[in-house]
Amino acid sequence: MNSIEELREIKRKKEELVAGRNANGIPTVNVHMGTCGTAAGSTDVLNAVIEEVKTKNLEKVYIMQSGCPGVCINEPMLTLTIPGEIPYIYIKVTPENAKEIISRHVINNQPIQEWLLNLKK
Amino acid sequence: MDFNRAHVLEMEDIAFFKPQKRVALENCGLIDPESIEEYIAKDGYFALAKCVSEMTPGAVIEEITKSGLRGRGGAGFPTGTKWAFAAPEVADQKYVVCNADEGDPGAFMDRSVLEGDPHRVLEAMAIAGYAIGASQGFIYIRAEYPIAVERLRLAIRQAQELGVLGKNIFGSSFSFNIELRLGAGAFVCGEETALLASTEGRRGEPRPRPPFPAVSGLFEKPTVINNVETLANIPKIIRMGADWFSAMGTERSKGTKVFALAGKINNIGLIEVPMGTTLETVINEVGGGIQGGKKFKAAQIGGPSGGCLTSAHLGVAIDYESLTQAGAMMGSGGLIVMDEDTCMVDIARFFLEFTQEESCGKCPPCRIGTKRMLEILDKITTGNGTMEDLDHLETLAETIRDSSLCALGQTAPNPVLSTIKNFRDEYEAHILEKRCPSGVCLSLLSYTIDPEKCIGCGLCAKACPVEAISGVIKEPHSIDQSKCIKCGACMDTCKFSAISKK
Repeated sequence: MNSIEELREIKRKKEELVAGRNANGIPTVNVHMGTCGTAAGSTDVLNAVIEEVKTKNLEKVYIMQSGCPGVCINEPMLTLTIPGEIPYIYIKVTPENAKEIISRHVINNQPIQEWLLNLKK
Repeated sequence: MDFNRAHVLEMEDIAFFKPQKRVALENCGLIDPESIEEYIAKDGYFALAKCVSEMTPGAVIEEITKSGLRGRGGAGFPTGTKWAFAAPEVADQKYVVCNADEGDPGAFMDRSVLEGDPHRVLEAMAIAGYAIGASQGFIYIRAEYPIAVERLRLAIRQAQELGVLGKNIFGSSFSFNIELRLGAGAFVCGEETALLASTEGRRGEPRPRPPFPAVSGLFEKPTVINNVETLANIPKIIRMGADWFSAMGTERSKGTKVFALAGKINNIGLIEVPMGTTLETVINEVGGGIQGGKKFKAAQIGGPSGGCLTSAHLGVAIDYESLTQAGAMMGSGGLIVMDEDTCMVDIARFFLEFTQEESCGKCPPCRIGTKRMLEILDKITTGNGTMEDLDHLETLAETIRDSSLCALGQTAPNPVLSTIKNFRDEYEAHILEKRCPSGVCLSLLSYTIDPEKCIGCGLCAKACPVEAISGVIKEPHSIDQSKCIKCGACMDTCKFSAISKK
């Protein structure tokens, strides 16, 4: 790395990728995989998401992993971001729930309210 | 089912996140920690680029000093001042060491930063290296954090491949590299001189200071040692400026602090609040209150080196000075919340047992003194204590505090001193009345069956593992206290609430 320009170029390319996903309405499934998440079973959740996306032949879903967002007691957690909408934070996700989130929310656009953290009480 | 999308809240509008201000944790949970590009997209490594291409090392130190950032590992020493001590030292080699040996029971701040945003710490270490003139960094991390270790290894490799670590960073004359050193599970290695010894491959034992590590540290070279959370604040201070940072917090404690909420609190997790936030806000708003609607009794802040805060302290603004004044300490950020069912004598015993076991044994006050203190606490919790013991405990505690070699020993008596100060009545109940008011200390408890309520079903007798319960079916049963091991199995089985412990 010889200059700050190269850094800017990497940032620009990454932002382009995100903008491209947003423009095409591609949802992001973010599985939180800190020690707290992993201990609660997030590896199985991630695998279930990957498997379900494959089974349902969904080409346009972006799957990623991240660290702990802080509410460790609610792990495993999964954040579903649909371009243009407030991210949906799903808590205490099981592999079965993860599959349902894919089929009901990602495919049929029906959020599953009883599993959401960020809902007005 | 009807779903109203207007009811979906932004993350920062959730009660848990609302009072929070995330600086060190800003990327945790949002970016992929295994992708350097994602970190760069969040302005990662731009602070390092700014330092090496636009700022002199002196200007970097000046900025950090001006920000008011203080060490987040517990002691609260001003970070800029620490760097300024090491910078003028003349040596053929200097070092930056990241202390990631997080050992307090119930603390997981550093782990979460390293697992969720490892590049942030690497960038900060390189900035520190540039500021003091070091070309080599070490991260001393406990081996009990395998995911953090794995992600750090990957992050270092990625940073080297991209050239943000290595030779001539951003075309400058500055070169910097980072290696990992894994701890072998000794709590004392979180103490900086013990950490250095362990990093060098020697037994992890503290040594007297001076010389301070800034003058003679790792391999007797000038060394800056910073905690993970301290470092996690650095890149953003450089990017946003010292004034942005010092606008948060209180007079003498700037910025934010990460706390690990644990114990009897609803929202167990990791939070970051501006300095000056009250304990009340942390426990009742962010923490969501006490589990099962029980009453808040105390919060142990600062782990085994800290003290307890009570309901009288709920209004205390959390910063270095106020906490010290309240008889506790900031510590690294462990916050263990206790409810009305917690025995404070037992808690003090628990923490002392921990530090006693982790004492390295080098200096007698810590090695022998904590052992004697533990013996007295054992005596008290088993109902054999006297009021002289209580005085003796206080004298011992003060002596150990004043005469131990390192912070482990100096702070080990804190949980005992602060519980005696705030909950003397509980100690007295154990000693004078041979009674544990919270019903925790087993030796002082007995399980009894209320003959009025017992219908003689016999379930408890079947559940008892030591056959201490006898009685005729359909007649009230009774417990033989000489056989009872106080496991509580009978109480769990009884459907008529006929068994009580007192």
